[in-house]
Amino acid sequence: MFDVSSVTTAAMHLIASLDGVLLEIVLLSLRISISAVIIGSVIGLPIGAAIGVGRFFGREFSIMLVNALMGLPPVVVGLIVYLQLSRTGPLGSLQMLYTPAAMIIAQIILVTPIVIALTRQFVEDANADYDEQLRSLGVRGWAKLATLINEIRFSLITVILAAFGRAIAEVGAVIIVGGNINHVTRVMTTSITLETSKGNLDLALALGIILMLLALAMNAMATLVGHFGKVRSYA
Amino acid sequence: MLDIKPLKSSKKPDKHLASMLPLDVQDLVYEDRGNRIIRGVNLQIASTGCTAIMGYNGAGKSVLVRLLHGLLTPSSGTLKWSGEFTKDEIARRQSMVFQTPVLLRRSVEANIEYALQARGFNREQCSLRLEEVLREGDLSKLRKRSARVLSAGERQRIAVCRALAVEPEIVFLDEPTASLDPAAILAIEKLLQRAMHAGRKLIIVSQSIGQVKRLARDVIFVHKGNITEHTPVDEFLSTPRSEPARAFVHGILFE
Repeated sequence: MFDVSSVTTAAMHLIASLDGVLLEIVLLSLRISISAVIIGSVIGLPIGAAIGVGRFFGREFSIMLVNALMGLPPVVVGLIVYLQLSRTGPLGSLQMLYTPAAMIIAQIILVTPIVIALTRQFVEDANADYDEQLRSLGVRGWAKLATLINEIRFSLITVILAAFGRAIAEVGAVIIVGGNINHVTRVMTTSITLETSKGNLDLALALGIILMLLALAMNAMATLVGHFGKVRSYA
Repeated sequence: MLDIKPLKSSKKPDKHLASMLPLDVQDLVYEDRGNRIIRGVNLQIASTGCTAIMGYNGAGKSVLVRLLHGLLTPSSGTLKWSGEFTKDEIARRQSMVFQTPVLLRRSVEANIEYALQARGFNREQCSLRLEEVLREGDLSKLRKRSARVLSAGERQRIAVCRALAVEPEIVFLDEPTASLDPAAILAIEKLLQRAMHAGRKLIIVSQSIGQVKRLARDVIFVHKGNITEHTPVDEFLSTPRSEPARAFVHGILFE
């Protein structure tokens, strides 16, 4: 049996004392998720923008596909990446399985469809609003796309924050490809799973609280970005 | 009475250059997904003054003005501009104001600068023209304000100033004062009157007989995708020829 109040007190103590183990797990989680979101955004933003303004054969299918990929089950992604990176898989020679790099790859696969789909929607909406005016001014091609992206820049920050939210809270894929190895691939979500099963509820709860605070901070940032944009009439 | 002063401009309208007007429109047809919206229109747009396009909702006025401006491609028929101009030159000699102003999420002056830069004004020309336009549009005090938080009248005034800033030979306006109050309408009409005095051609879609009386020289009446008449404004208002135009002018409800 455990006492909720004592577990909570111990968890708070861990957070307040900036416990080394806790800090290491949090920093690794951030490093992996931020890397995945940066790479996912570099891939997803231009693809989403291109689908948003482009008119090409198969566009509707690509929109449907990307929307479907937003709901990819993390464990399936983990399994696919595992099969590719395992010793006998096509990328086995890279020896990336059970490394942070493998976890980043899995998270990139999870967040990129989100970035593409949301960017596509925002760019398409902006294009519907601005298309005639920009064409009337003679603004076309890349110049038009750059203007549209500039117009929706605050919405795109929200897209990136949503992608980060998905990455940092994900457990299924990273536990398969990362293996939850102490000091190597142990991140917040996988640690919570492990520590709970081991009965180390104070560490699990401390990580849970930090995860919740991060989610809260993401939402606060998204709200602030929106508010800032409205104040400056940019949102 | 309107207080009309000639438009002061760093670059006077291209009177000394060849004009691309009059415009000769022949057998213009526009279809959208099987619907024939413009049905074989023939008309000639004169070089000067203001031409009003009137008609009921859904008659095809906005489509016609977009076809003339080049935002829509005709299904068939031709637009024959005078003179020897490339497609790009023709586009650069026009601008358009939409019923709902589309302004960028930036300041008033940045919106006008954007249009000037898009049309190839260099930094010096851009700066000169910006100052002129802000002064003429009485926008100097608003120049640093975010364009999209201003009132509807101010936003449309910015849109008109932006369209005039690029020094077009022709300005197309699609119901630019619909849903504005009288003060905002007056401010915009002043700008349009000055532009006409400066030699610019205006083609305005309007539902307002008062506005057409104040601004236009001739009226094109569009009904169900056809032009039922194209006459001087006085003649149109006193003796409209077609049944729909008579009903329109006399305010009789018409199906």
